[in-house]
Amino acid sequence: MSIEATASGEGMPERKSWRRRFRALFLRSEALRGYTLLSPTMLVMAFAMCLPFIVMVLMSFWTQKGFDIDTSFTLNNYQEAIDGPIYEALLFRSLMISGTCTLATVLISYPMAYYVAFHVHKRKLLWIILMTLPFWTSYLLRVFSWKIILGYNGAINSGLKALGLIDQPLEFLLYSPTAVIITLAHAWAAFAILPIYVSLEKIDRSLLEAAADLGEGPVGRFLRITLPLSLPGVIAATIMIFIPTVGDYVTPALVGGPNGLMLANIIEAQFGRINNWPMGAALAITMLFVVAAVTLIYIWITRKLTARIA
Amino acid sequence: MKETTYIKRPNRTLFIYALIYLAFLYIPVLFLPLFSFNDSIYIAFPFVGFTTKWYSQMYHNEPMFAALLNSIRVGGATSVIATLLGVFGAKAVTRYRMPGKPVAMFIIMLPLVIPGIIMGVALLIVVSRSGIPLSLYTVTLGHILVCVPFAMATLIPRFEGFDRSMEEAAADLGENAWWTFWRVTFPIVFPGILASLLLCFTISFDEFIMAFFLAGTDPTLPIYIFSQLRFPAKLPGVLAMGALILVVSFFVVVFSQWLRLRNSNDITSSGI
Repeated sequence: MSIEATASGEGMPERKSWRRRFRALFLRSEALRGYTLLSPTMLVMAFAMCLPFIVMVLMSFWTQKGFDIDTSFTLNNYQEAIDGPIYEALLFRSLMISGTCTLATVLISYPMAYYVAFHVHKRKLLWIILMTLPFWTSYLLRVFSWKIILGYNGAINSGLKALGLIDQPLEFLLYSPTAVIITLAHAWAAFAILPIYVSLEKIDRSLLEAAADLGEGPVGRFLRITLPLSLPGVIAATIMIFIPTVGDYVTPALVGGPNGLMLANIIEAQFGRINNWPMGAALAITMLFVVAAVTLIYIWITRKLTARIA
Repeated sequence: MKETTYIKRPNRTLFIYALIYLAFLYIPVLFLPLFSFNDSIYIAFPFVGFTTKWYSQMYHNEPMFAALLNSIRVGGATSVIATLLGVFGAKAVTRYRMPGKPVAMFIIMLPLVIPGIIMGVALLIVVSRSGIPLSLYTVTLGHILVCVPFAMATLIPRFEGFDRSMEEAAADLGENAWWTFWRVTFPIVFPGILASLLLCFTISFDEFIMAFFLAGTDPTLPIYIFSQLRFPAKLPGVLAMGALILVVSFFVVVFSQWLRLRNSNDITSSGI
């Protein structure tokens, strides 16, 4: 596909030959044409991702002085992020909550993905749409619906009370890390199901038949063929859930209560109520690095493990 | 012959599990429409009585309609721009062999693996440091970043299943590049483009985290809803609006998914 218009007619032989040479290079080099076509997307993404990130790194070395920002270099924000016990506790809690949520989501979603991949033969498309549909509806409303269900006067408590099963509302339901985990697991279920389903669907069925012919039982077939071959999907699912849930602040703010607040809530507060942007930038970068480190270590470990299995 | 293997045998336990799983996915969401017809400002059992007053009150809610309009504007602009960028990107990565393609793809897909709050605050910092006022434009910019990976993921399978010889035939018959694109490529990938537009619109319409940081005085609908959640008296109104949004987005998403998956024989290649 040529993008340049055809070189114009007679005159200016020198320029024409230069142009022709460029055009020849352009047509010959697939990579050049590819990158020309890719450049609008690449430039927008790179510019809109990198520039804010660089400015945020710069700002994390500055200091908030009242309403002004002192732009002299200092590491104080990072010092505070490491020394301040609250940040460490919140970071640890964020990792715990989203780690538990990731594990729970993958565990409950695997059988579902397995069912659709192996046991649904008609209307597969319908099942896939059914599984992923809630994911595309408003996140805020889904979190809010859990607040309705788990609340002090919510559906569970008021329902049990109306049935005469309890006298006092169960207080542990809302405003706890458990509520955050349940809500997040529900909200991100589709991110677990799709990658796992895709990796299960790709498994060559003749492998399973061969194993059956060679006398392997159903459990053995699952453990030695299906599970190892679906691990890439499981790993992708855990990463796709872990990363956004670590940084979520809507769910903790709505259903978490004081004991369910996460690091993202304090970052949000630095840009709002507390109004200490440089500190917020330092915390955001700390979070990014911790998340990246955890993810990379996880990928490294799972690579080692899957290499051993295979 | 395959029908007789154990693989095709129905599995009742798993089927029941699947039904419970779907119930877990859907029942929480259904509480919104359920309570939106309850004649009480307290969202609790038992039901007091049936009413549609929360819906009729919504009709006179000017700020809500303003927020809705803002969300539609942002979603429209976001979906068009993100899909356009997605078309360029998807065409490039599927049509040409390029060295460093994985790196390019990594950069484009990066927003998928960065927590939304970090992108939100980073954009907020750069926008406010450069003196640009927060507005619906800044929200749109943030949403484009979020949507381009989804647009790419939707469009790439479409372009991959594309028979290149059709374009070559058009070129041989004397069409130039742009006309080849409009008359051959575009009609073939059109379902993918439509699906991408709808998905990007839905994502932008629901997006809260980035919009929360990047919106100025004009709220988008999720921001408006969030601001209403603090007032118990406003909750039934939020329920009614939420129920309506759920119904509309259900239809939009079913349609877009159907478009996206209908003609791809290999569903597994479509990813997320």
